[in-house]
Amino acid sequence: MTTFLAAAAGESNPVLNMSVFALFVAITLLIVYRVGHRKRSTSDYYAASGSFTGAQNGVALSGDFLSAASFLGIAGAIAIYGYDGFLYSIGFLVAWLVDLLLIAELLRNTGRFTMGDVLSFRMRQRPVRAAAATSTLIISFFYMLAQMAGAGGLVALLLNVHGKAGQAIVIAVVGLVMVLYVLVGGMKGTTWVQMIKASILILSVVLMTVFLLGKFGFNFSSLLSTAADRSPLGDQLLQPGGQYGATNTSKLDFISLSVALILGAAALPHILMRFYTVPNAREARRSVVWATSSMFVFYLSTLVIGFGAAALVGPERILAAPGGENSAAPLLALEIGGTVLLGIVSAVAFATILAVVAGLTITASASFAHDVYANVIKHGDTDPAKEIKVARITAVVVGAVSIAGGILAAGQNVAFLVALAFAVAASANLSTLLYSLFWKRFNTAGTLWGIYSGLISSIVLVACSPVVSGAPDAIFPNLDFAWFPLKNPGLVSIPISFLCGFLGAILSRNRASRRKHAEMEVRSLTGIGR
Amino acid sequence: MPNLPESARPRAGAAGKPDRAPTLFDQQRGIPQPRDADNRPDFLQIQQSSEFRELRGRLRRFVFPLTLAFFAWYLTYVLLAAYAHDFMSIKILGEINIGIVLGILQFFSTIAITTWYVRFAKKRLDPQVELIRKQAGAGPE
Repeated sequence: MTTFLAAAAGESNPVLNMSVFALFVAITLLIVYRVGHRKRSTSDYYAASGSFTGAQNGVALSGDFLSAASFLGIAGAIAIYGYDGFLYSIGFLVAWLVDLLLIAELLRNTGRFTMGDVLSFRMRQRPVRAAAATSTLIISFFYMLAQMAGAGGLVALLLNVHGKAGQAIVIAVVGLVMVLYVLVGGMKGTTWVQMIKASILILSVVLMTVFLLGKFGFNFSSLLSTAADRSPLGDQLLQPGGQYGATNTSKLDFISLSVALILGAAALPHILMRFYTVPNAREARRSVVWATSSMFVFYLSTLVIGFGAAALVGPERILAAPGGENSAAPLLALEIGGTVLLGIVSAVAFATILAVVAGLTITASASFAHDVYANVIKHGDTDPAKEIKVARITAVVVGAVSIAGGILAAGQNVAFLVALAFAVAASANLSTLLYSLFWKRFNTAGTLWGIYSGLISSIVLVACSPVVSGAPDAIFPNLDFAWFPLKNPGLVSIPISFLCGFLGAILSRNRASRRKHAEMEVRSLTGIGR
Repeated sequence: MPNLPESARPRAGAAGKPDRAPTLFDQQRGIPQPRDADNRPDFLQIQQSSEFRELRGRLRRFVFPLTLAFFAWYLTYVLLAAYAHDFMSIKILGEINIGIVLGILQFFSTIAITTWYVRFAKKRLDPQVELIRKQAGAGPE
């Protein structure tokens, strides 16, 4: 094993990795500069003036959605825990049905730039926009922190940078490039980055899958049996329960995670914002179809790659490598394609992190500039140039905060942050989005109750869970204030927000305006008036 | 224009206004364009028109049951994976067990539902949206 590590360190050629990555950054920056180089309106900056086709936006959607957690996290989880890791693949894919059937088209017709546009449409503007922006910023922050922390962990393996200072520099560079994307390209530039990244990522994942299957004579069953032989779990690797099967509490945790996965994806602000970049509802529908198809291919491949890593690299080598579970996919690349493939896969992993963080940054900056600055502070009376300026300043601030957070969080439990972002999104946003799109009686009080109860309950439950304290792998292993047994709060906090949104609407005396409801309903279904 | 709306008549005051937007569609066939006093589309009237109610009904009758169905199917799968380890571990073909097959079936059901909805929307929703947009004078999207 030690010889392998030495070999891995020697074979992972930092110069090659760096140059593939630098090439990606150079090409994308050039494209971003070309498409973004002209005077812009708010609609241009936030939504690319709705100029993308459904196919383009669909690929970009999968680019925004396939984060480091999807690529490195799932491959690692399947390689180590086997079948239980497969749940992520399934949940992340099925989640798109919620978008397709209930959200995408209606949202695109109703709003213009942010999630707050839809939630505040027939409610009192200022409190609802403030709430929507709060939840957008919190979710984006957690999601971003996870990506940046992942970047830090990867650096050690991929670029052979082991010192804390070196990792901090790499995180800072990643942050800087992503702010550049957003400042120079706006939504249009960021969308192009997502498309390029998604194409490269899916292509390399498919190639790896074909290679792998080829190694086993295109016999998936023999790949599985090699993986099981190699794993300390043995046959259990192929059965449910490897990670969550131990106790009744952990089984409940599995269910909680699965619920958060499929309900969270449809409520992530940076995904929702993508639907504004297409010209009409049919293209929004087409975007989801394209996104679903490319993710179908991607997530099926993760199944092969995960078990393939278990079969060819072996769990103990993965766990011993710097980066731990996250190193399964890169190590597998080294095993089947040598240093060149490792270089490409490393660069793709970085590009993935970079692009997702850029998407999050533009979402956070749009939400602050459009919801908080233009509508809450300036009461909707501001000129577009000023608003864009605020958005750009926000992007820089968000970038700085995420760089700092990423450096601090480097090496911490990344899965926790991603799962929290999903659970918070499902709790704070989904209930209020569905109510305001489909329930006539819903009103301002219900919206505020729904958002804040979901936000607070999900964050408090995570803070008091074994993720934060009271367990050996917790963030504060020496403290113990955990009274909530589940690592993922979704099973409790999502129903709480649905219930509070319902009660808030029923119990408050304020009535939603009938005229505004008619306008929202007609507009959401037909696009009239947008 | 096969079915004219019964309830979406223009308001008495709005009909004769000289500042009405230029019409995009055949006026002689009497297609009403509900507009309010400010010459914006009259959303209340559109909302109450039988065409719009039909559109809303079609959408909801399709997506609500289907959402419940796929959620139930997903949850069944998750519950089986959490509590029925023995069942999920039954091998079907070589090392491939029921758990893996059910998991992959989730993939295919997702694609099937997507295809089904897209076909439905194309046939049953889009033409109805076009009809309502025409009547409201909004033009094609």
